[in-house]
Amino acid sequence: MQPSIEELGDSALLLQFGERIDADLNARVHAAARSVAAMALPGIVELVPGYASLAVVFDPATWQGDDATPAQRCARALRGAFGTASAKADEPTECIEIPVCYGGECGPDLDQAAAHSGLTPQAFAARHAAGDYRVAMLGFAAGFPYLLGLDPALQQPRRANPRTRVAAGSVAIGGLQTGIYPRELPGGWNLIGRTPLALFDAQARPPNRLAAGQRVRFVAIDVDAFNAALR
Amino acid sequence: MIRVLRAGLLSSVQDLGRLGQAAIGLSAAGAMDPNLLRIANWLVGNAAGAAALECTLLGPRLQFDRASLVAWCGADADATLAGAAFPTWRPVPVSAGAVLDIAALRRGARGYLAIAGGIGLAPVLGSRSVDLNAGLGPCAGRALRAGDLLPLASPGRSLRRAPTWSVAPAPWFDAGPLRVLRLLPGSHYPALAANSQAALSGEPFRVATDSNRVGIRLSGPALILREPLELISAAVTHGTLQLPPSGQPILLAAEHPTTGGYPRIAHLIDADRSVLAQCRPGDPVRLQLIAPEQAEQARRRRAEALTRIEDLVQRRLAASAQADEHN
Repeated sequence: MQPSIEELGDSALLLQFGERIDADLNARVHAAARSVAAMALPGIVELVPGYASLAVVFDPATWQGDDATPAQRCARALRGAFGTASAKADEPTECIEIPVCYGGECGPDLDQAAAHSGLTPQAFAARHAAGDYRVAMLGFAAGFPYLLGLDPALQQPRRANPRTRVAAGSVAIGGLQTGIYPRELPGGWNLIGRTPLALFDAQARPPNRLAAGQRVRFVAIDVDAFNAALR
Repeated sequence: MIRVLRAGLLSSVQDLGRLGQAAIGLSAAGAMDPNLLRIANWLVGNAAGAAALECTLLGPRLQFDRASLVAWCGADADATLAGAAFPTWRPVPVSAGAVLDIAALRRGARGYLAIAGGIGLAPVLGSRSVDLNAGLGPCAGRALRAGDLLPLASPGRSLRRAPTWSVAPAPWFDAGPLRVLRLLPGSHYPALAANSQAALSGEPFRVATDSNRVGIRLSGPALILREPLELISAAVTHGTLQLPPSGQPILLAAEHPTTGGYPRIAHLIDADRSVLAQCRPGDPVRLQLIAPEQAEQARRRRAEALTRIEDLVQRRLAASAQADEHN
């Protein structure tokens, strides 16, 4: 199926595959990102996956011509990519394990979230750690992964009063989404645990530990293991 | 080496931005007005994308430990060099030990100070631009502070005497009383109520005080959707006009979040980033919706003018260097 193409101003396009948070739609976004990257078109500055969309930022000077605007010409070239390639199943990728210390100081909202879901904190943490997740996209802040695959029984309303400071590594739930704060940030999601891993390090190559499309598993650790790993 | 004696309100090291990192959640940052950065760099013989200082509303006070060549492009400043008036839009030699005080920016919000050789702090992820919002980049990802030392990337070009020529600020800088921002309609423009569509391009807005390099917030008539839209996060860009539930739109700028879930009402044309960069809190602005063909015409005119100015500056600079040798 062809995505619809929206112009984001005069130097970017948004390829839209749907309007839902859905694992299959998201898999198509990542397949499209791979197709576009493989085309090696000139003057492509950024490819930005969303839940159900892929933005293509281009250099208008590279795409200018007499028959149409650069955005129209770039959109035409991109449509060609989807005319031939079918939406292939997402390639299986290596599963990244993220150690998480659930509850206590690491997850100050765990008890409340468990109560909201009618579970004990232990059962809530076990179900969160049992999930098979996939990184839908990175956004909000550098290296912040939006994960697909949360057990619907664990969904939580966002906090009425967002925190001004959420600790780096906090594992959180907002609605049907779960994610990890890569550094200290303000945030309105419910904090259920914390990982000692650094998710983003500008000096590392690549700087992001998780990439869009990757599979993720959470592994519960105790507070001693968390503190040891943090050191 | 340059010593920062006073940082000013918000002065930061910027280049043309950190491209290619949006997929991991990092926007480009870089100069709010890339063209002014380019021109200032060309005036001192640098490559277009050398790192320079972006100064906001109140500029820094800097001491140069050895002779240098600098150029200021952008907002009109009450600037002095070694106590005398500091000429702008041209290369200006600075003698060793001299103090350059940019002071208050009177018309416009931002100006760029390029230094021959370029600022030589170590790049982060391929760029020397400081991303203040992400806390990332050289200078520990923060704005300048008094006491900072800025090394130069290379000795750079020198001139013995200040040339008498300068670059005309128009069309690069417009300090007129009313700022007009040209926009292309976004996909959620039709979702605006009819009177909000009329208000968007018919009524004046003001630049709100909480505007920054992440976004310029506009206050004016509340814009209302025909009915609420449930959107999922998708990429946004430098120039996206988002409409949060408050009804007061935000024009995203250089340090925009890479994704957003608010309606995308319109998008600023690239050519008018220069207008956005000069918006001061309280400034009146008007939003004008145009067609893609008009945006492309504006882009081409700007690109052609930029090529001409690069060529002109290079020839003038070469002639000034030659005149130096003959004297």
